Amino acid sequence: MTAPLLEVEDVSKRFGGFTALDTINLEVAAGARLGLIGPNGSGKSTLVNCLCGTLRNDTGRVRFDGALMDGLSAHERTRLGMARSFQLPRPFTSLTVAENLRIPLLYTVGVRRGRHVPRAELVAREAELLGLVGLADKASRPPRDLSQVEMRKLELARAMAAEPKLLIADEAMAGLSNAEVDDILALLRRLNETGITIILIEHIMRAVMSFSDRLVVLVAGRKIADGLPDEVVRNPEVERAYLGE
Amino acid sequence: MRSRTFCFAALMIAGLLFESLRFLDNEYLFFAGYVVLQYVVLATAWNILGGYTGYVNFGTAAFFALGAYTSVALGKLATPPIPVLMLAAGAISAVVGLGMGYLTLRLRGVYFSIATLALAVVVQTFITNWDFVGGSRGAYTVRPASVPLLGSYVQYLFLIMLVLSVIALALAHAIEGSRLGYGFAAIRDDEAAAEASGVPTLRLKLVATTLSGALMGMAGAPLPYYVTYLDPASGFNLAYAVNSIAMPLIGGMTSWIGPLVGALLLGSVQQVATVSNWFGGHPEINLLIVGALLMLFVTTAPNGIVGLLGIQARRSARR
Repeated sequence: MTAPLLEVEDVSKRFGGFTALDTINLEVAAGARLGLIGPNGSGKSTLVNCLCGTLRNDTGRVRFDGALMDGLSAHERTRLGMARSFQLPRPFTSLTVAENLRIPLLYTVGVRRGRHVPRAELVAREAELLGLVGLADKASRPPRDLSQVEMRKLELARAMAAEPKLLIADEAMAGLSNAEVDDILALLRRLNETGITIILIEHIMRAVMSFSDRLVVLVAGRKIADGLPDEVVRNPEVERAYLGE
Repeated sequence: MRSRTFCFAALMIAGLLFESLRFLDNEYLFFAGYVVLQYVVLATAWNILGGYTGYVNFGTAAFFALGAYTSVALGKLATPPIPVLMLAAGAISAVVGLGMGYLTLRLRGVYFSIATLALAVVVQTFITNWDFVGGSRGAYTVRPASVPLLGSYVQYLFLIMLVLSVIALALAHAIEGSRLGYGFAAIRDDEAAAEASGVPTLRLKLVATTLSGALMGMAGAPLPYYVTYLDPASGFNLAYAVNSIAMPLIGGMTSWIGPLVGALLLGSVQQVATVSNWFGGHPEINLLIVGALLMLFVTTAPNGIVGLLGIQARRSARR
């Protein structure tokens, strides 16, 4: 058994008197499709932010790909292979759709190689990634011309451009129609098949259940369940958290 | 390659400009032109931080005056040539820019701007109380009557500022097409998303404050030789801060050409207004002109003249 790709050990985070995360422990194996669910305010996004370095956890440690993440800033973690998409799409509005992908290409792939990425290669990679998410015909448009679902795809494509080992998709499907959800799910499955570990944070149970091979439930900053999706949703504590007493 | 072509073209235009002004043989044109070029440098320098990364610096006058007072201080110790003074002024302003960035860049938006305003006050208080450079009394600088080759000293100052303008514009142009330029744009659009895309935002912002500060300081270095009498009130004049923000805003902030257009336009109008009898010949009218144009552009053309004309300089340059 190889070491897990991501290890979260006793991670806690407080905001003033509010405990957002309470000693979270979590291991994610390479190649996994992990679903992370929980009611609003349960600490899912705080956990993502602590994993990605946007927030500093108060206690505990995060180990990724064998390296300790303590004190590493968000961009350093991205360069090590941890990419995320944001809950609300945050495109670079003054750049074109293709240039949005150029940023991670220049600052992760280029930096890892330690040398300049030739322009022709940049353009080719951008086209390839946009083709993968179905945005090839929008390459030279500004992000404001994109629809909501296209914006989510751009968000995922930008995360992909960093050539991650782990992709954390933070509610990549919120507010989308059924067909659009299936579209994004198919995309995530394709990415997983290429060997990328995926953590999917999602409210849409249908999506989480069909995608995940393992399900983790957070409630009020605590992990209350972790296991096979079908078993986890039958867990009485989970039912209580979602449906009430 | 692209940068080399740009530098070559800019130098050709600068050379042509200088020779045609010499042909006109009017000293006043050099005298007024110096101020316009000085604003080309200040506006371009401001835009490297304010336009490219989106951090609004109200402290232009501090960096500019630091450059000028570096010249005053060094001029009292020895008589180095102006290019040497400029390098020294650039180095000092770069260090101050780096320090300011390090202390303030964790602040965002308006908080950063207020901090730069505070810096200007601190530096001005320091200079006003530093006797060696004249304190609040000001300092006189004796300039040579003539220089070799050119003859006229004002022409010499003009030429120096012209070269610095070319350097500043070439730097801004080079940044735009580079990895650095893309990183700056990502920071301007969304800092969290930039970090998540691997952009080292703090380091890049420090690069921007350092470059911007250095250019502003270099623009200030020849000032004591231009005015011959420099006191804190004129060195730290509000007009430098206001103009260096207004010019890129009016010209357009997303490409190198915007600050150039804004500075040429606004700088020239101000020079004409200063000597003409418009508005009864009150030179204070300058700031009013800036204010009126600023309001006009902010409300009707948020992307400046460049945006108004639909010039997509940055886009076309990158394709």
